[in-house]
Amino acid sequence: MSMKVNTRQVDGVTILDLSGRITLGEGSVQLRDAVRDLLAKGSKLILLNLGDVNYIDSSGIGELVSAYTTVRNQGGELKLLNLTKKVHDLLQITKLYTVFDVKDDEASAIASYTRA
Amino acid sequence: MHYGEDHQLTGSQAGRITYTLESSLDSVNRVEQTAEQMAKKAGMDEDEVFRIAMAVREAAVNAVLHGNSYDPEKRITASFENTGEALVIRIADQGKGLDPETLPDPLAPENLLRGSGRGIFLIRSFMDEVHFKQLHPGTELTLIKHLGTAQTGS
Repeated sequence: MSMKVNTRQVDGVTILDLSGRITLGEGSVQLRDAVRDLLAKGSKLILLNLGDVNYIDSSGIGELVSAYTTVRNQGGELKLLNLTKKVHDLLQITKLYTVFDVKDDEASAIASYTRA
Repeated sequence: MHYGEDHQLTGSQAGRITYTLESSLDSVNRVEQTAEQMAKKAGMDEDEVFRIAMAVREAAVNAVLHGNSYDPEKRITASFENTGEALVIRIADQGKGLDPETLPDPLAPENLLRGSGRGIFLIRSFMDEVHFKQLHPGTELTLIKHLGTAQTGS
């Protein structure tokens, strides 16, 4: 039921492939820890691949927002890739769809980051 | 799945099923799954089942987390009823009470980037009616989905 995280590096961008549920007490904590670890290592260009995230609750939405602001405040960029319809709809309802930089193609997402 | 030892069926009459549950995430998952099964049984389509289950989950999270603060001495009660005209789900906690009027609007520009505060908003978005009742102590949320308005079978 909980979330799995796989980490990849592509052209200086860290891709977190997430699968499962991002909910209170389950995926939320894992997502927070994963992003915190990346920032601690100096990886500030982060792409969250949500293609296999089939469920997210208000806690998970809050965690996405917190990850976004945390990365941004440290001078990095966090973008979202491959939203499922459910997650897309939730971000629309909560007016967050336009806050996030949402991509649907990995290669163009990677190319879109601002490198120092 | 393990739901914990300390829950019990406290009533099953006239089509209403009531559970009394400990203040835990297991209880949240149990309540969510019960709502999902209820909505499926009522013939709701997949999207509507998702919305109802999520609204009920958010209400249960509020009760366990914000209401009872995971206090092992406090319980939540969850009742599920299909009246024939609507699905009626009631979730109650034993916390200090919640005044919905004081909740900040999560869609306001100054609140968009907050890491929390979207639960009640999502409940209201997904259900036809949401009612708050102060129990002194505690809060009861009543979530209603009219069967006539739900999009079924699409």
